[in-house]
This record gives sequence, C-alpha cells and structure tokens, in this order.
Amino acid sequence: MEWKRYRALLLPPIPNLRDISVYEAHGGYEALRRVLTDPAWSPERLIEEVKASGLRGRGGAGFATGLKWSFMPPPDGRPRYLCVNGDESEPGTFKDRQILEYNPHLLIEGALLAAYAIRASAIYVYIRGEYADWIDRFEEALEQARARGYVGARICDTDFGVAFYVHKGAGAYICGEESALMESIEGKRAYPRQKPPFPAQRGLWGRPTTINNVETLANVPLIVRHGAQWYSRIGAPKHPGPILYGISGHVNRPGVYELPSGMPIETLIYEIAGGVRGGKRLKAVIPGGSSTPPLRADQIAGITMDAESLRAAGSMMGTAGMVVLDEDTDMVRVLLRIAEFYHHESCGQCTPCREGTGWLVKILRRIAQGEGKPSDLDLLLQICDQMEGRTICALADAAAWPVRHTVQRFREEFEARCRPSLVAVPETIPS
Amino acid sequence: MEPEYAFTAEELARIAEIRRRYPTARAALMPVLWMAQEKFGWLSREVIELVAQTLSLNPAEVYGVATFYTMYHTQACGRYVLDLCTCLSCQVLGAEDLLRHLEERLGVRDGQTTPDGLFTVRHTECLGACGSGPVLMINNRRYVHRLSQERLDQLIEELRQGRMPEFASIPLPERPWEQEASSDS
Ligand SMILES: Cc1cc2nc3c(=O)[nH]c(=O)nc-3n(C[C@H](O)[C@H](O)[C@H](O)COP(=O)(O)O)c2cc1C
Ligand code: SF4
Ligand code: FES
Repeated sequence: MEWKRYRALLLPPIPNLRDISVYEAHGGYEALRRVLTDPAWSPERLIEEVKASGLRGRGGAGFATGLKWSFMPPPDGRPRYLCVNGDESEPGTFKDRQILEYNPHLLIEGALLAAYAIRASAIYVYIRGEYADWIDRFEEALEQARARGYVGARICDTDFGVAFYVHKGAGAYICGEESALMESIEGKRAYPRQKPPFPAQRGLWGRPTTINNVETLANVPLIVRHGAQWYSRIGAPKHPGPILYGISGHVNRPGVYELPSGMPIETLIYEIAGGVRGGKRLKAVIPGGSSTPPLRADQIAGITMDAESLRAAGSMMGTAGMVVLDEDTDMVRVLLRIAEFYHHESCGQCTPCREGTGWLVKILRRIAQGEGKPSDLDLLLQICDQMEGRTICALADAAAWPVRHTVQRFREEFEARCRPSLVAVPETIPS
Repeated sequence: MEPEYAFTAEELARIAEIRRRYPTARAALMPVLWMAQEKFGWLSREVIELVAQTLSLNPAEVYGVATFYTMYHTQACGRYVLDLCTCLSCQVLGAEDLLRHLEERLGVRDGQTTPDGLFTVRHTECLGACGSGPVLMINNRRYVHRLSQERLDQLIEELRQGRMPEFASIPLPERPWEQEASSDS
C-alpha cells in the first residue's frame, strides 16, 4: 500500500521543530532563500509553479491556489495584503492548530513565499482567539524568524520586505469567511461583504488582498523545495498533495493524520484511526466538517477523500475534518446540534439565513422532543430550498446542506420520531 | 491618585505600538479590547468608554463590536469562566451529560455564575480540538482535553485551590503502519 510508505512533511515527527534552529537544520527557509536570491524565481514563476503543482485550498472551498494568486492586479506602489486564515472554527476541524504548534515556521515560510508571489507589503495572520496559548507560541516563532532576518525589510539581504502581524479573533465562526475576516481585522463586526468585488480587487482597507488557509500556505515551501512535478504526483491527481485529516468522534485513535489526498474513507476509519470505539458498527461519516453532508455507512465503500470522489458520493471534501458516528448515534440530536451551531453563528444580515437557521432549529428541536409531525420533514427541506444560494455568504448553504442530506439519508429515523406516540401525552402547558 | 479606569503609560505605549500595525486606528480596536478585558476582567460601560476615548471612536461602535464576539465579556463573570464545548464531535462523546454534571456540581445553570463569584459555566461552540474531545476552555485560554466526570470534579477542586492546569500539547497520533512499511521494504 502506497500510503504506508508516505512520510509526513507538514507535521514530520521531528522533536522541537518549532525551534528555528531545528527547522533550519532540516532544510527550513531554504525555499524562501532560493526564491528570493535566484533571479530565475520571479513572482510570476512562483505562481506558475504553484499552479502546476495542482495545490487546492485547504480552508473548505478547495479553490486552486495558484489561480487565486494570479487574480491580484499589477502592483501600483500602494499597499497590498496577504491574509492567513487561521480562524479554524468549522466543527470537526482541528488541523491548523497542529501546524501552529508543531511546525509554525513552515507556515511562516509559506506565507512569506505567498507574499512574494503576490507582492504583498504586509501579512496578517488571523487566529481564532480561543487559541490564545497557541498564538503566544506562534508569536515566539515569529520573533525568531524576525531575529534571523526572514521578516521585515530586506529579507535574506534582498530588496524584498514584508511586515508580518498576528490578529487575534474573539470568538465568531463567521470570521473564517474571507470578507468577514477582513472586516474583523479592520476592527468591525465581522459581517461578510457582498461579492463582487472580490478581495483581489477590493480587500483589506479596499486594497488588493489574497486570503489563504494555514494548511494551504504550509504546502507552498514543499512545492518549491521538491518541485511542482513531485508534488502533483502525491495522492489524487485532481486534488493532489498531503492532507491533514482530522478524525474525531467514535474512533479508537482520534487525531490529525497527515497522509496523501484521496485516502479511502474506510482505510482512514479502520486502519488509521483504529476502527469504531467499543467494537460498534459504523452508522455515518461526516467527511469534511459539519457543513459537509453525511454519508451512510453503506455509502462509503470505495469513496476516497478528494473533491471528485466525494462529490460523486453526494458530499464534499471541506476541511477533511472527518467525524465518525457509531450505530448508537441519534442522528436527530446530532443534526439539531449542527443546526444550533449555524443559528448561533449566523451574522444576521440576510433574512433567509437569520430566520431560516432559526426555523431549522425550532423544527428539529420539536422532532427531537418527540413532538414532530410527519409534515415537518418536508417543511425542513422547503426551508433549505429557501436558504441555499440566496444569501451574501455561504453560511446559509453550510447550514442547509447537512439538514437536507441528513433528513434524506436517514429519513426512516426522522420519520420514526415524528410518528404520534401510542401513549396518550397529556396536554403540554405552553411555556 | 490614578483615576479608576485608565491605561498606564506603559499600556498606552503598547497601544501606540499596536496602532502602528494597521493603517487605521479603528483596526486596533480588537487588540485593545483584549488588553482592556485582561486588565479589568470584563468590558463594563466605563471600560468601553475608556477604549473608545483612547482610540477616538464612538462608544456605541465599540460596544457594537464587543457584543458581536462571544469572547468579550460585556457582563461581569466569575473568576474562572468555564467554556465547555458541546458541539458536534464533543456532543457525540457525551459533552451534554458533562454540562449537566458541571451544572449540578456547581449548582448553577448554563450561563450563570456561582454565588461566590468563582465559576461561570457556559456551553460553547466548537473549540477546534475535536480530536481530544470533550474539551473545555478556562478563561479564554487554557484547554483541558478528554474530559470525563472524574476529570471535571478534579479540575473544580484544583481551581478552587487556585491551581490552573498547565498548557498541554496534543501529541501527534502514533502511526503504527510505518514500522510495518519499513520492515517490508
Ligand atoms: C461561513 C464560512 C466559514 C469559513 N471558515 C473558514 C475557516 O475557519 N478557515 C478557513 O481557512 N476558511 C474558512 N472559510 C473559507 C474561506 O472563506 C476561504 O475560502 C479560505 O480561507 C480560502 O483559503 P484557501 O483557498 O487556502 O482554502 C469559511 C467560509 C465560510 C463561508
Ligand atoms: S448568509 Fe448568514 S452569515 Fe452569511 S452574511 Fe448572510 S446572514 Fe450573515
Ligand atoms: S466539537 Fe468540541 S472541540 Fe470541536
């Protein structure tokens, strides 16, 4: 099996890798030095290399990274920005924090390379506020990089310079949405902006801005070090590279596993994560964070973790944060909790999202309490119809997808909960 | 005498340094709210006004931002704020039962503070540590992983004695298949 020979590159098991000397001793910052000092490595060439590698964003949407960088307009002498998305708040997702803790210099090097490619003058790393302990450690790494001349003016004694700051969030999932993240850095409530214009045209403070996920940027030094060709041969052809699979829920060995893209879901559960806890049977898998539609146990045979395979199976890759659910799981309660999450996190700007997420919660709560009506299931699907594709940002879709697909794929379980009880229930007193 | 609500000269110097990171004063708002909350415990009306004045912003705008984000306390809270994750992965590992246990143990409901002012209990959304759930965060910072009722009881005792748990890394999981792969190559 190919995957058994795969050696981790994003999170290699090297003690103290967060120390810059250890990182440098293992080839760290060589890619940056090479790109900045070899005239053959123009920003355009770096963008071409990343395009050729096939790297796709790891923040959830899976957009081609090199292509995104190429959307930046030509420099006009005024500031332009790179934002690093370390908000990591999609339930089931806990991978970026491991990079911050174990390999922060890889992220710093990747962000510097990206800043060079898009000719950014400043980098803002947005990290969720809850990661306070990890932010402190990341800032230490950043100080080390500054002290060695990798951050600031004249990096590696070249003309290239970039400012590098950390911006600490304060608890709001919506800050992970790219335009909301920029509003938040600007010191405002994190309300997503209407698009277009896209960030490359009008981003932070109205200036051209590119935004990438932490794990996405951590891949960039690997591409420069080993070449686009080498990189594109890892894992699934159309979605290549190493992936940090975060596996949680009812498995024996949960955690963040680095492996090639395109891993079979069954292998991840049974061989990598040690199988379902307590020898129970599998009921469902949420492949890539709470917004990705769940797959029933009988739907996962042969399905691999890459955009194409998951789309064909009726789900999505998302953040590769896989939640494994055993046979005893109450899907109604799980779905209710997911709906509560999106309702709590809706910023409230769009009516279909603000009201829709609230209705979903109300109806699901009713079903969970045994007071649902059979017609409620169709009502849930109708509300999803009213939410999908009708709002400023994709949070409303992220809330609707799991509802739609869980109700459809576990319909019997929902119907059973909506059948009137055989035991007469006394009139409830309205609260 | 120093006024009750003021930043020291050192703190003002830090604020000036923060302001230099951004092209607008407005953008310094979140970091300065963090500073203020750490200094004063929570963002009372007076603190909001101090922050607004320091950054030349309208207090209403500052209040609007402070209330948008769940980690800013716009109400007084206990010495230890316990945020227990009950979201997806933690939920299926029993976090809702742990929340009930915590409520019973401390005699308060979700969102409330114990009468002695020591603990505030809150359920929270995903803390981004799902692989080591159920997870709890103390005072907007320290994570406690793999909770059980016993671990929660022990934690309450530790905190009562003023002992904060140490920062704990989540080790990278073992990869047993790697030995297998290298032995057959
Ligand atoms: C509601 C919502 C929440 C999001 N949360 C995150 C997040 O926490 N982290 C992240 O990297 N991307 C998140 N995204 C995706 C970002 O908007 C953006 O696509 C991504 O950061 C781009 O980086 P990439 O191309 O490297 O993946 C979110 C999107 C939406 C609609
Ligand atoms: S879809 Fe929801 S979260 Fe997104 S902008 Fe509209 S109301 Fe806000
Ligand atoms: S669901 Fe609890 S930390 Fe993610």
